[in-house]
Amino acid sequence: MSEDIKKIMFTVRKAPHGTIYVYEGLEVKLIMAAYDADISVVFMDDGVLALKQGQNTDELGIKGFEKTYGVFVDYEIENVFVDRQSMEDRGMTADDLLVIGEDEETEAPIKPKVVDSKEIAAMMAEQHNIMAF
Amino acid sequence: MKLAVCIYEGPYNHEASDSAYHFIKAVIDKGHEIRGIFFYHDGVYNVTKLMEPPQDDRHIANRWSELGATGIDIVVCIAAAKRRGIVDDVLVDNVRISGLGQLTMMAIEADRMVTFGD
Repeated sequence: MSEDIKKIMFTVRKAPHGTIYVYEGLEVKLIMAAYDADISVVFMDDGVLALKQGQNTDELGIKGFEKTYGVFVDYEIENVFVDRQSMEDRGMTADDLLVIGEDEETEAPIKPKVVDSKEIAAMMAEQHNIMAF
Repeated sequence: MKLAVCIYEGPYNHEASDSAYHFIKAVIDKGHEIRGIFFYHDGVYNVTKLMEPPQDDRHIANRWSELGATGIDIVVCIAAAKRRGIVDDVLVDNVRISGLGQLTMMAIEADRMVTFGD
């Protein structure tokens, strides 16, 4: 009894620190990746800041989770996208993006893919469900 | 249509829980099915029996419990609950604590996932 694999997209639109939404949302992604679902993650608006490398939460006295994004590819969360305009609005470039894993063969670092809002809209239209964190 | 509902905010402080409740009532009235309700983030505070609001106001936890009594699966995320001191002992009847796997199943099985929160 096989059912079609459902496409589920996560949107990350909030800043990584200041509230717990992005951190607890990350926990959902890692759990959901273990299930039979076609997962994708899109970072946009302030959510792009979560992908900035070199974050340090020591002074805030809270547990950082930047490094956890580095296991995405290992967890088979490979469809990770970031909105170009949101990055530009916040002075970020592709060079600022953290690494979400490495290529199995070449060991080359893998980063989130920069896309335009039109591409995001097209992907959204294909989803079975979209979850906002 | 089969819907699942996520609630991310705590009671009284935010409209999310009220909006979700009224939405669900309307959904049922229209003849649709609620696959499940999932409380996450501060949303886990919505179903503690420790709350005691003024008598002339709505009792948010009891309201969810009554909805649960109709057979709708109401799930509180264990990870979010533990972090905030919400355990089985303080839950109202007809809701249960479980894992994010339950949210996953709702997302897969429901036709639409509707989220209430910031």
